[in-house]
Amino acid sequence: MPRLVVVGASLAGLRAVEAVRRDGFDGDVTLIGAEEHLPYDRPPLSKEYLSADECPDPRYREEETFAGDLEVELLLGTPASALDTTGRTVTVAHRAVPYDGLVIATGAHARTLPGTEGIAGVHTVRTLDDAQALRAALRGGARRLTVVGAGFIGSEVAAVGRKLGLEVTILEALETPLARAVGERMGRALTHLHRAQGTDVRTGVAVSEVLAEAGDAAERSSTHGRGRVTGVRLGDGTEVATDVLVVGIGARPTTDWLEGSGLTLDDGVVADETLAAADGVYVAGDVARWPNGLFSGVVDGPMRLEHWTSAADQGGRAARNAVDPASATAYETVPYFWSDWYDGRVQFVGVAPEDGADHIEVVAGDDTEGGPFTAIYRAGERIVGALAVDMPAEVMKYRRLIGGRKSWDDALELAEQRRAARAQKAAEKQREASS
Amino acid sequence: MRIVVDWDRCTGMGMCESLAPDVFEVDDDGSLIVHSEEVPEGQEGEVREAVASCPTEALSLEGE
Ligand SMILES: Cc1cc2nc3c(=O)[nH]c(=O)nc-3n(C[C@H](O)[C@H](O)[C@H](O)COP(=O)(O)OP(=O)(O)OC[C@H]3O[C@@H](n4cnc5c(N)ncnc54)[C@H](O)[C@@H]3O)c2cc1C
Ligand code: SF4
Repeated sequence: MPRLVVVGASLAGLRAVEAVRRDGFDGDVTLIGAEEHLPYDRPPLSKEYLSADECPDPRYREEETFAGDLEVELLLGTPASALDTTGRTVTVAHRAVPYDGLVIATGAHARTLPGTEGIAGVHTVRTLDDAQALRAALRGGARRLTVVGAGFIGSEVAAVGRKLGLEVTILEALETPLARAVGERMGRALTHLHRAQGTDVRTGVAVSEVLAEAGDAAERSSTHGRGRVTGVRLGDGTEVATDVLVVGIGARPTTDWLEGSGLTLDDGVVADETLAAADGVYVAGDVARWPNGLFSGVVDGPMRLEHWTSAADQGGRAARNAVDPASATAYETVPYFWSDWYDGRVQFVGVAPEDGADHIEVVAGDDTEGGPFTAIYRAGERIVGALAVDMPAEVMKYRRLIGGRKSWDDALELAEQRRAARAQKAAEKQREASS
Repeated sequence: MRIVVDWDRCTGMGMCESLAPDVFEVDDDGSLIVHSEEVPEGQEGEVREAVASCPTEALSLEGE
């Protein structure tokens, strides 16, 4: 009986085991997770989980589902520590778990600021435990929140802080936040959203030191003498006082357990177009680096995404390929992510080419005041990306064009149709209002 | 096969629309319009993909 083992019990791992069971795979399936928790949804952790008075339960499935419907052996709180691709085993707590097909879905973990470990009031947001601690900190009488890093997760936490009535400062090393993700011009446009809500965004600044005070006896002992954060010192000597410090400087793929396994590790586990990293070994989710055929010639080399949708899809694809390698199929996708800031939503599809700035056209709304607007991205003669702020009806229409490798002219034609459709709707509304 | 939407979960992201545009469409205000609750013939594959890709797990199929 063939045996599928999945390492990493989060989104990609869950979707892996569900996909093969839905297809009727009747071999043994084992899902191994480092965290004690049942698989849970991460996007809410920097959004509703912090902001809502009633804290939502982010679990995807109940425990019974794994033993029952899915017939999956669930090993939680037990990280895999090694992989032997020759003997086809994964080591878990000194036990060798054999596999015929393996899916690696160990995701990513938050980067930290060196030297801040153990200081009370310093947080990252990656796990449910992180979010629980931050929720308590933000709601426990804190007045000032400082976020290091103006990326998407840091921006969401900043927005929650404002919603909860805190004074919020964002410190960003780059001159333009998010320039790598969405290009310079759109990075500036998104920064408006923060400033319009009273968040103090300081760009081109470096954090040189995290300041802490010893605190009372209990705190001294619980932090092993590291104390509680009081602020940060910047490169130019300025001090920013704070009660809570959130470090949002990105995530690193979790590949330490694969050192020496023979797999190619290069900011992720490197795989081919079918997500295969070695014989019988497939990768999925935030840990996976693979050539996305849809953008060959547009982006250099294989890509690694940290997006919900691709992690879910890759989980399914990797597992199907792992149980039936002879008919393995390639995985291609138009990347998609969303991010919720204040009461608005940012949505991005596709890719932003490195030299993106000259190839962006705003096709709806106005980006100079922070939105609503929609912008599209060009590479050569193709449309390759689209960004929308508070225009939920627009961005997915461009996703189809991008997936179909359509031309820039096709995209401009769609933009024209959409303009006409919006104008017609507005006119109808006005007629209704005046009659 | 019928499409079931959990309206409490759907936040109007439109992933479903990008995969099965004949069936799903997101309106300007972010509300989802389902053009056909019965899955149209020949579109089962697209609709299944849409269900699997919804980031809030708001979609499911009845009578599969
Ligand atoms: C706060 C936050 C907000 C986000 N918001 C959005 C958003 O708005 N939109 C969007 O598109 N995406 C968002 N994302 C990204 C999205 O959540 C991720 O892309 C997705 O979780 C990736 O899933 P994954 O299964 O690949 O990895 P992960 O979710 O990182 O899970 C990997 C799992 O593997 C486990 N593991 C690690 N090492 C081992 C080991 N050796 N043995 C066993 N288990 C191990 C880990 O403990 C973890 O549970 C957000 C992420 C975070 C953290
Ligand atoms: S993908 Fe899901 S959340 Fe988005 S519009 Fe469709 S059903 Fe709603």
